[in-house]
Amino acid sequence: MAGGVAGGLSARFGIDANVIRLIFAVLSLGDASGFALYLLAWLIMPRQGETVSIARRALSDRRTLALGFAMATLLGCVLIALVALGLGFVANLVWPVSVGAAGLVVVWRDTSDDEKRYLRDAVEQGSLPGLFERRTRRTLVGRVVIGAVVVLIGLGGLVATRHPNGASLEAVVWAAVVVLGFLVVFGPWWLALARDLAVERRERVRSQERADMAAAIHDSVLQTLALIQRSSTDPREVTRLARAQERELRAWLFDGRSPGSFDASAVITLAEGVAIIERDVEESHGAAVDSVVVGDCPLSDELRALLAAGREATVNAAAWSGADTVSLFAEVEPTRVSLFVRDRGKGFDPGAVGEDRRGISESIRARMTRHGGTADIRSSPGEGTEVELVMPRSDGQP
Amino acid sequence: MSAPLRVFLVDDHRLFRAGVRTELGPEVEVVGEADEVAAAIELISERLPDVVLVDVHMPDGGGQAVIEAVGRLHPDVRFLALSVSDAAEDVIGVIRAGARGYVTKTISGAELTGAIVRVADGDAVFSPRLAGFVLDAFAADPSVPAGGTVTFDPELDQLTPREREVLRLIARGYAYKEVARQLSISIKTVESHVSAVLRKLQLSSRHQLTRWASERRLL
Repeated sequence: MAGGVAGGLSARFGIDANVIRLIFAVLSLGDASGFALYLLAWLIMPRQGETVSIARRALSDRRTLALGFAMATLLGCVLIALVALGLGFVANLVWPVSVGAAGLVVVWRDTSDDEKRYLRDAVEQGSLPGLFERRTRRTLVGRVVIGAVVVLIGLGGLVATRHPNGASLEAVVWAAVVVLGFLVVFGPWWLALARDLAVERRERVRSQERADMAAAIHDSVLQTLALIQRSSTDPREVTRLARAQERELRAWLFDGRSPGSFDASAVITLAEGVAIIERDVEESHGAAVDSVVVGDCPLSDELRALLAAGREATVNAAAWSGADTVSLFAEVEPTRVSLFVRDRGKGFDPGAVGEDRRGISESIRARMTRHGGTADIRSSPGEGTEVELVMPRSDGQP
Repeated sequence: MSAPLRVFLVDDHRLFRAGVRTELGPEVEVVGEADEVAAAIELISERLPDVVLVDVHMPDGGGQAVIEAVGRLHPDVRFLALSVSDAAEDVIGVIRAGARGYVTKTISGAELTGAIVRVADGDAVFSPRLAGFVLDAFAADPSVPAGGTVTFDPELDQLTPREREVLRLIARGYAYKEVARQLSISIKTVESHVSAVLRKLQLSSRHQLTRWASERRLL
């Protein structure tokens, strides 16, 4: 049937499984005690290959026990109320149905995972074997016939119990039978309909996402590719476009920032500030800027000054050194922040620089010292240049 | 140099594989390529190249899956990870799986050839960005949770000041040669420092290594 109890018992006692199934079926005929016994056995017998029975697992699960108990008492009360209202034949069903229902609750909550999967499949296909399976004509006919018979029985009962002194409880029961009949016939279709609606909704969400993605890619990547084709004769421009696009995509994919939303005025941390320098210098000077940031912290006035000096140094390197790559390295330590700007360009002799270059390096130095930091500029002809900027942290805390 | 190094390419972008093939110098010879994880594992096991260039991002587990599978069977095969992404957790992931280095795909052909030779020699290849990640991961003072009894192995879980210095210079864009000159040590010493860092990165059980990627922006 469902829990493999008959198979288990037959393996244990050497009786044919079908005989055991028959015994259970016969027991279920008079009242539902066969059903209840079956569930109890299901609870107590460990599944093949498992050492713990569902019952043992349930014992350590107070919630399930409470649910099962609540289910049993609730059903018991309802059934006893029915008996009291004059439906005598219900009396036999009270204990087996309530115990069985409680058992079902426990089984459902505490089976092992693969058994649960199996049960779910069984339920999806329809609990009456063969009846709810879709797409086969025979089961469809069978279902309609059974449903129609149930509906007719219910209607017949309704008519028969119609007496002049008003509605009786029996009429309600017969009405319920009619509803059940309709459920048997149309239930699976309703289920399928609901499932289709859910699938369609999911599909719509997905296509919405696809549209957003397409829009974002169109705004960024496709535009850039078009620009690259038009400026294919200028390798520096092509590099610049490709780098800018790469950076934007990276920000989108890994930091969740949408393309084009890189707003310089909203910079609040050092790492963001370095990213802005990288972007701006690459865009205005065409040299590649490789930045590496270790740690991060919120920006203070001193650190804004550090970034401003770092930007000057980076612009210098990109504009004057002739190198095609500028390395930018920032490290946040508990007591200070350092920023290194390095290029492998032509370099210069710090002792003999022209007025304009000295002006720039002085502006870097002055800016740093004004805020309590230091600037060290090392360069020699042919060796490239490195600018080291160090700013102590006033907030002190990492 | 005698026979050229035998190199295998694993990347799901055909264009990129073709580009690498044409850019690599005469010191290396491409003995095969694969565009998916399963095929890569099979072909690498069959051809046993000296170095495998492997893309970090691929369907079915990416470079990490290839490195783990092949590494178990053929520990002599060395891996160099390539990526466009630079997402810290991915990069640390392939290194911890066993890659001996990590470079970005924008690297020039000559630099890539040099990196392959270095990996084949058993040395580690750190790009500036990887050096930055490692400095981040091994931040100066380990945050041991209050009252927690974190097993902290100073041999593995901390960088020496010298290693830190070397990594900083690499992060600043220095080539190994320039690092050596700056610190007045030999290139071999630089290489051994970097290999030591690689070993720590692969073996350290420092809990931050797995967690830090998401938190590093909060330092």
